[in-house]
Amino acid sequence: MSDFVSEFWNLYVIVIVLVSVVGCWVFLLLQSKAKFTPGVPTGHVWDETLEEYNNPMPKWWSWLYVLTVVFALVYLALYPGLGNFKGMLGWTSAGQHTAEVAKMDAAVKPLYDKYKAMDLQAVAADKQAMEMGKRLYLTYCMQCHGADARGAKGFPNLADADWQWGGEPAQIVETITNGRMGVMPPHEQLGAETIKDLANYVRSLSGLPNDSVRASKGATAFNEAGCSGCHGPDGKGMQALGAPNLTDKTWLYGSSEAVIIDGISKGHSNKMPAWGEFLGESKVHLLAAYVLSVSAK
Amino acid sequence: MLKHEQIEKSVGLLIVLTLLVVSVGGLLEIVPLFFQKSTTTPVEGVKPYSAVQVAGRDVYIREGCYLCHSQMIRPFRGETERYGHYSVAGEYVYDHPFQWGSKRTGPDLHRVGGRYSDEWQRAHLMNPRDVVPESNMPAFAFLADTKAKATVGADIEKKMEVLRMYANLRSLPTYSDDDIKGAKAAIGEMSEMDVLIAYLQGMGTALSTIK
Repeated sequence: MSDFVSEFWNLYVIVIVLVSVVGCWVFLLLQSKAKFTPGVPTGHVWDETLEEYNNPMPKWWSWLYVLTVVFALVYLALYPGLGNFKGMLGWTSAGQHTAEVAKMDAAVKPLYDKYKAMDLQAVAADKQAMEMGKRLYLTYCMQCHGADARGAKGFPNLADADWQWGGEPAQIVETITNGRMGVMPPHEQLGAETIKDLANYVRSLSGLPNDSVRASKGATAFNEAGCSGCHGPDGKGMQALGAPNLTDKTWLYGSSEAVIIDGISKGHSNKMPAWGEFLGESKVHLLAAYVLSVSAK
Repeated sequence: MLKHEQIEKSVGLLIVLTLLVVSVGGLLEIVPLFFQKSTTTPVEGVKPYSAVQVAGRDVYIREGCYLCHSQMIRPFRGETERYGHYSVAGEYVYDHPFQWGSKRTGPDLHRVGGRYSDEWQRAHLMNPRDVVPESNMPAFAFLADTKAKATVGADIEKKMEVLRMYANLRSLPTYSDDDIKGAKAAIGEMSEMDVLIAYLQGMGTALSTIK
């Protein structure tokens, strides 16, 4: 793009380019007028006996030289190079990119449209659609959720049957499109003892070994400290808030007492970015179907 | 008319004429860039790096991130599909020096801002294989052990003053005296990893569509 601050720079570029190109040609002309006497040494002597002849350049070589000048002039006429002159082809790198994208979009649009019109479950059962979905997944999603969709510590496993934000087709589409923000506030103010009671109660909910005295104290604290506000009075969680079910076997951050104590004390927060604008509805549709297809029933 | 023999026998003349020929490329391809709006004015949404980001950027440079990561999305479909909008010159006006890089062992990072959560960036820097088992990126866990104010943030005011000078030379929006005075406080007790993440999360967001 040429958007010079003043006309001077436009002329500056044009003049130097043309003077250089034409100058090369003039230089060649001048040189070709030089008189040569074949077979007579120039008179230079190096290393005692080394002399050189002053023969003219081979003709084909001179013509190559002329050809480069012609090439430069044709190029400058077709492509941008002379200041603000855009070239007769109107080529820009941005334009080339737009054309490349448009061509691909046109080629894949029928495919995307076909799947877009289909129900998410039906897309998830379509072999070709899932080949496409897998490629999309491996480009955009695997960094957090893993190539095998099994997630990582703090990043949900998509291959199990557990859903933090809901596993209905519409909920999956919503999660990908607008992202999710999960926040568990820190509860250090409860004190180390109460937090330990709570951790034991939480472990008791999913049948993990625990200190039953502490667990029963924790049960009371669970309601008093407001844990039930998000995780529900029975600890079964609340998908609308992304508050995990504490009674199942799924642990986003780990199930050891130490990890749970740390989580209650310091809290957790994490974010799923909103991909809707970047990917567009059609790709989100395929990705949501892919997530459905890899999740356990 | 100057003869070949004369040029050959006078070293001074040879030097002058050689420099003249060699400088044509630079005069044409470099000098006009300083007088083009698209290369000298920031794209809408591009702001000077905050004190924290300046410190984080210095961690990025010190650790040699640019050796494996580029910050230059080229206008090819294969790149824009993966990373987002191709990079434009107006996004780099506050980069001194720019971190374009020349090799991608890892992915391009120009649109990495907002693409992952802070928690992901932290887990990934601590040990990349915790989140991406296939990764061959080294772990940078030690960045969490050093306070930024002791290293990259130690002379943050001086750095920001230099950056302000560059911006003023081109009449670009830049830091106020208060920004520079508050720089140390802004960095506070943050670790080198914290400031690096702040830098990464701000990268390329002006033209990013991932929210």
